[in-house]
Amino acid sequence: MFLILILLAVAVAALSGLPGILLRRSDDGGERISAISMVCAACVGLVGAAGGLLGYGGKPLALVWPAVGGGSVGLDALSAFFLVPVFLIGGLGAVYGLGYWPHCRHPVSGRRLRFFWGMLVAGMALLVVARHAMIFLLGWEIMALSAFFLVTAEGHRIASRQAGWIYLISTHVSVLALFALFAIWRHVTGSFAMTPVAPQTLGQGVTALCMVLVLVGFGLKAGVMPLHFWLPGAHANAPSHVSAIMSGVVIKTGVYGMIRWSALLPDVPVAWGALILLLGALSGVLGVLFALGQHDFKRLLAYHSVENIGIILMGFGVALLGRAMNRPEWVTLGFGACLLHVWNHSLFKPLLFFCAGAVMQVTGTRQMDRLGGLAKRMPWTAAAFFVGAVAICGLPPLNGFVSEWLLYLGLLKGAVGTAGGALAALVGVPTLALIGALALACFVKVMGTVFLGAPRTQSAADAREVSRLELVPMAVLVAGCALIGVFPSAVAFALDAATGCWLQSTGATAIPVAQTVPLGVISLLALLLLACVAGIFWRMRIKEVVTAARRSLSWDCGYARPDARMQYTAGSFARTLVLIFRGVLRPADHPPQVTKLFPVPTRAYSHVDDAVLDRVLMPAGRKVEEGFAWFHRFHRGLTQHYVLYVLVILLILMCTLFPFKNLFAFVFDRRGGGTSVCSSAGKQTLAPPGAPRAQMPYTYMATLSPGNQAAHRNHGRPFTERAGTPALPTAYA
Amino acid sequence: MSNFFNPILVVVLLLNLFVLGTSRITSVIRGVAIQGALIGMLPLLLPGHVSRGAFLMAVLTIVLKGVVIPVMMNRALRDVEIKREVEPVIGFQASVILGALGAVWALLFAGRLPLTEAHADSLVVPASLATVLTGFILLITRFKALTQVMGYLVLENGVFIFGMLLVQAMPLVVEMGALLDLFVAVFVICIIVNHINRAFSTLDTRQLASLKE
Repeated sequence: MFLILILLAVAVAALSGLPGILLRRSDDGGERISAISMVCAACVGLVGAAGGLLGYGGKPLALVWPAVGGGSVGLDALSAFFLVPVFLIGGLGAVYGLGYWPHCRHPVSGRRLRFFWGMLVAGMALLVVARHAMIFLLGWEIMALSAFFLVTAEGHRIASRQAGWIYLISTHVSVLALFALFAIWRHVTGSFAMTPVAPQTLGQGVTALCMVLVLVGFGLKAGVMPLHFWLPGAHANAPSHVSAIMSGVVIKTGVYGMIRWSALLPDVPVAWGALILLLGALSGVLGVLFALGQHDFKRLLAYHSVENIGIILMGFGVALLGRAMNRPEWVTLGFGACLLHVWNHSLFKPLLFFCAGAVMQVTGTRQMDRLGGLAKRMPWTAAAFFVGAVAICGLPPLNGFVSEWLLYLGLLKGAVGTAGGALAALVGVPTLALIGALALACFVKVMGTVFLGAPRTQSAADAREVSRLELVPMAVLVAGCALIGVFPSAVAFALDAATGCWLQSTGATAIPVAQTVPLGVISLLALLLLACVAGIFWRMRIKEVVTAARRSLSWDCGYARPDARMQYTAGSFARTLVLIFRGVLRPADHPPQVTKLFPVPTRAYSHVDDAVLDRVLMPAGRKVEEGFAWFHRFHRGLTQHYVLYVLVILLILMCTLFPFKNLFAFVFDRRGGGTSVCSSAGKQTLAPPGAPRAQMPYTYMATLSPGNQAAHRNHGRPFTERAGTPALPTAYA
Repeated sequence: MSNFFNPILVVVLLLNLFVLGTSRITSVIRGVAIQGALIGMLPLLLPGHVSRGAFLMAVLTIVLKGVVIPVMMNRALRDVEIKREVEPVIGFQASVILGALGAVWALLFAGRLPLTEAHADSLVVPASLATVLTGFILLITRFKALTQVMGYLVLENGVFIFGMLLVQAMPLVVEMGALLDLFVAVFVICIIVNHINRAFSTLDTRQLASLKE
């Protein structure tokens, strides 16, 4: 029943952009139609997902798709859990897009963007409910390709195109890994159905191979650290609501894939849990470190996605460890942290991207050092960004705190009891603390540079608040962050249901989250904190009324006539931290060139390049290109040459048919004198019964089909007899 | 095999050589048109009663290859105002000799193939191989976009002749599909020819290599 709702939502979302494409270009009705249908799809889908979380998902639905042996879709708690962000951000982003990417300003790219937005949401929802490899891959490819067209919405910019191509390459590599994964799955289980295998049925080797492919295929999409290289560019160069859905939801499909596959493989050994924990820790620390070094607002947020995926994976790693070692409370805490952080990240990261988009829209730049003082000019956006920043740093009383708290508890529970758990805690807890502290530093940098201080450029000074169409989605997300932060017990049922669903294949039962963590205390503390903050504000307001605060520039640094350019820049603020970690970050500084006695104007800049893309993949790609330079000789772009290659290959293939052996035998035997013998022998080697089938192209096989040979032997009329030979279809197959 | 079968194929072989040897594009178009019309007649000459499918195929082939496509090509030729294929990679005489060698090779090769007795003495296989080779030679050695199209047409003719071996086994729809493909391809190329001419002021397909990165 609720599954039908989801499928309905998928259909509505997929078709939402179509009217806009069919309408005339000057007609702006399409954007309203698509936004309204996306909101409807989101509402229907959210209702369906809620039903799924409450356990009314119903039985999987079999679809008729003969080409792949049927397909099926189903709705369990795990699917429903991931459907919530898909539909939530899908709907909110469509509304935001009305204000951010209006038809009147982007008549061409807007239509395409809205169409692929709907397809993206539909693809993600489809892959999440898929219970069959082909449907999963169908959804996956729809998602991957729509995301490509969304990233390259501003295809006239080189950076956008480049980011799109890098994304496309990485997503295809990921799909290749998934193809291999599903092929192996089909080989060992005998079907494409995604149903869990019984424990102890798959060998260790097969499980390990599957897990490697899972890590590569889904890790690329999720943006785990060494495989994250496509992510910063794609997120930074896409339109902001696209960045929001890509960062908030698309990369979560990678996490979903890992979780789903670990549910299909009930006996994943302990080592994989540890590996995923380590990968998560690496991703988290490096993600936030690289974020610190960025000057580009959206690129910085993109690196924070890498960091948050790291936190999610750490939770998942703890859960895998717990499952393998039969520690139900680790599973509850780790998996709860993982899932809750999935939701949380899909609330605050789109919120931050929406704010970044609003800033970009009014100032026209993503460079933080060209902004400043926006809090006075865009108070609502600044407030929303502040909430998002507090949430992403994992500070109470917002949602980021709850999930990180669960993860801390999970790691610390592991420390008591087993040596392995203690080791995990020894790695995990300090890492998580480091991530939290660095994230805080990073967002102080962003908040201080972009929203506080004095405007550094005229465009920042001229900024004004964005339209309500953009503020409302932000407000909804702020409310979501606050709700989970203050009342985490409200979502505990969803975590329990999804954890239970994940553990189903192993036969273990999950402990409810509420039994392991006092969620009520979190609410109490959060409310207390809010009360304190409100009290301080109230006191300040009273003081302000009494003393009439003096208004002056922030950041005046003690100068007599301060200038906006004297403020700390984003780079200088983070400089200390960047230098501490220069071994990893390798900041590239380009100091000003002062050559003459009376120097001319010059410039200084610094940047932090990506560790994988700029330092490994690009140089490696260039090396490969140089190594294959000789191949350009064969690749001139002339059709004539290509046809010649086809002919040469054809002739070579035909020559394999040519009876050289007989020719030699004929030549040598003639010397011996036995002409008649060898000619008959030649005939026999030419057409031995059955042998030529293996070598000859099908056209010859057709003339040589069994009935035909019989005709040959009987000297019958082959034409009439061949018409009915049963072997022909097989010859064509 | 009917008595007319082999003579027609001999004419087809001769037309191959004619197409290779002439430099005037109009003559090439005419030669290919005649060749197409001739091979269109082949299904009617097959032994046994003429089925409706074979008849339809023959009529469609003759109309398309013998009339429609040549008219389209001629019109394209008139629009771009060229007459001759100049500077082929290998000269016209050399092409003819190469084509003749190809025909000889095809005859030898077909003789070596394990064919059924009914086909052993017919020219179907050698003619088709020789025609395919002629198509390849045209494609490789000529540079004008229009002669390239002729190369494709000749190539397709060769494949069509080979189809005569299987005419009763092959579903009609396959042959129809091939014909439709051919028609659409020629149609599109005729449009492209105009565009190449406008963009590069020449019909030399070598200029298209500059579109490569």
